[in-house]
Amino acid sequence: MTLSRREFVQWAAAAGVTTLAGCATTGSGSAGRVVVIGGGFGGGTAAKYIKLWSPDIDVTLVERDSGFISCPLSNLVLAGSTTIKEISRDYGGLSARGINVVRDNAVAVDAAAKSVRLAGGRTLAYDRLIVSPGVDFMYNTIPGLNNGAAQAEVLHAWKAGPQTLALQKQLQAMPDGGVFVLHIPLAPYRCPPGPYERICQVADYFKRAKPKSKIIALDSNPDVVSKAGLFKAVWNGAYKGMIDYRPNSEIADVDVKSKTVKLQFGDVKGDVLNVVPPQRAGEIARQAGVITTNDRWCDVNWQTCESTAVKGIHVLGDATLSASLMPKSASMANQHAKVCAAAVIAMIKGQPLNPEPMLMNTCYSFVDAKNVIHVASVHRYSAKDKTMVAIKGAGGLSDKPNALEGEYAWGWARNIWADSLT
Amino acid sequence: MRTWLHGLPLAGVALITLATGLSAHAQDPNAGRALAATCATCHGTDGRSAGGVPPSLAGQNRQILLQAMRDFRDGKRAATIMHQHAKGYTDQQFELMADYFSKLKP
Repeated sequence: MTLSRREFVQWAAAAGVTTLAGCATTGSGSAGRVVVIGGGFGGGTAAKYIKLWSPDIDVTLVERDSGFISCPLSNLVLAGSTTIKEISRDYGGLSARGINVVRDNAVAVDAAAKSVRLAGGRTLAYDRLIVSPGVDFMYNTIPGLNNGAAQAEVLHAWKAGPQTLALQKQLQAMPDGGVFVLHIPLAPYRCPPGPYERICQVADYFKRAKPKSKIIALDSNPDVVSKAGLFKAVWNGAYKGMIDYRPNSEIADVDVKSKTVKLQFGDVKGDVLNVVPPQRAGEIARQAGVITTNDRWCDVNWQTCESTAVKGIHVLGDATLSASLMPKSASMANQHAKVCAAAVIAMIKGQPLNPEPMLMNTCYSFVDAKNVIHVASVHRYSAKDKTMVAIKGAGGLSDKPNALEGEYAWGWARNIWADSLT
Repeated sequence: MRTWLHGLPLAGVALITLATGLSAHAQDPNAGRALAATCATCHGTDGRSAGGVPPSLAGQNRQILLQAMRDFRDGKRAATIMHQHAKGYTDQQFELMADYFSKLKP
């Protein structure tokens, strides 16, 4: 079949081909086009490493926020031990690498046409798409919080930024002798040790500023999900008498007016409520058709991070259906992204895949302003099991909270921010 | 001659390692890069640490890097976390990582 230019343009328009502009701007020399949705630890790292390892691939990063605010270390902001500014970064470093950073919201994915539609009206064509949307909150499971006004009053502070500062203000406004109630969702959720670190940080603040105040932790889980022994030792040590930890306390509802968390059996009233809702992969994952499991998470091939549901789309970070013993953490998202970046480059260039990619995880938790505990693990892709497996004998916990790891935790933070975002 | 004799057993060991230690990793030209990238989360991109803590790995002596990883793994060197991470890697992976970092500019 031969087409005149006029016929081709008509055919292209009829077929809904939206890649003409992309081809024109891509120009010669581009090995392929990758679009990354989400500029967090996963998406930022994926965009960066594709450009670092293969500068001839065009990379576009779509991010709805103007800057990056780190969830890791954001609990320290609640205690006044650091500031939002200290844990914020911009996207200038990624732009300087030649990554096209687009501030917009991705609203739809057409996997057949290989294009992403943005809220601003633009359409981006891709050869491979990387979806790293983080989590959305399932407020529909908590009727009393299923509206904007309620959510503005009973905060999650589980995405760092305005919510973090608003919760800090609520804590500061609370009278001495007040009760802070934290609700923890059933695992899996973003950052397994995060709620328990938050308990420590609020306790640290209360100890200094409001020593008569108390913390009630309503945990949906049967026990502390991460670093249980270490956290409990701190609660029974430095913070003895301040923390009332209640396992198996799954939330049924919240009454915002009376500041009451309703459990299956009994109500718990507080002066400041902090409800971390159950979570699922961010909405764009649903739009892209890559949510596979319990209407919440995205199953991927861990050799490539490619979706098991939709070819050509890769998923990273918290949105994935985690492999065994794999936490939803910043370190993990950053490490997923490097496995994904290498695979995307290999797939675009027709090169062989890494047969045995590895992941290393490090999660630091501050128990006060300076002392830290960690949990670590190492994972390798097993072709036999077709998944990532945690390597037996590797990884582990801190012996006890210590200030040296406090320094390393800040070093980790500065390096992972730079590794993911510059 | 003396130097040559000295070098012979070492070269022999290296050859045996190459012949018998070929795992999936050795066949991937980017194996060292991929393994080193797992270190970068804490030690900085390509082992260049933003604030120097944890230490930079780029441009370090290959033998020193290799010995450090082995000592961490074997519990011969005190650590907060490296003794736990190092147990997740094989000797051959240590070599690939040491090769990669030692060839980079500091």
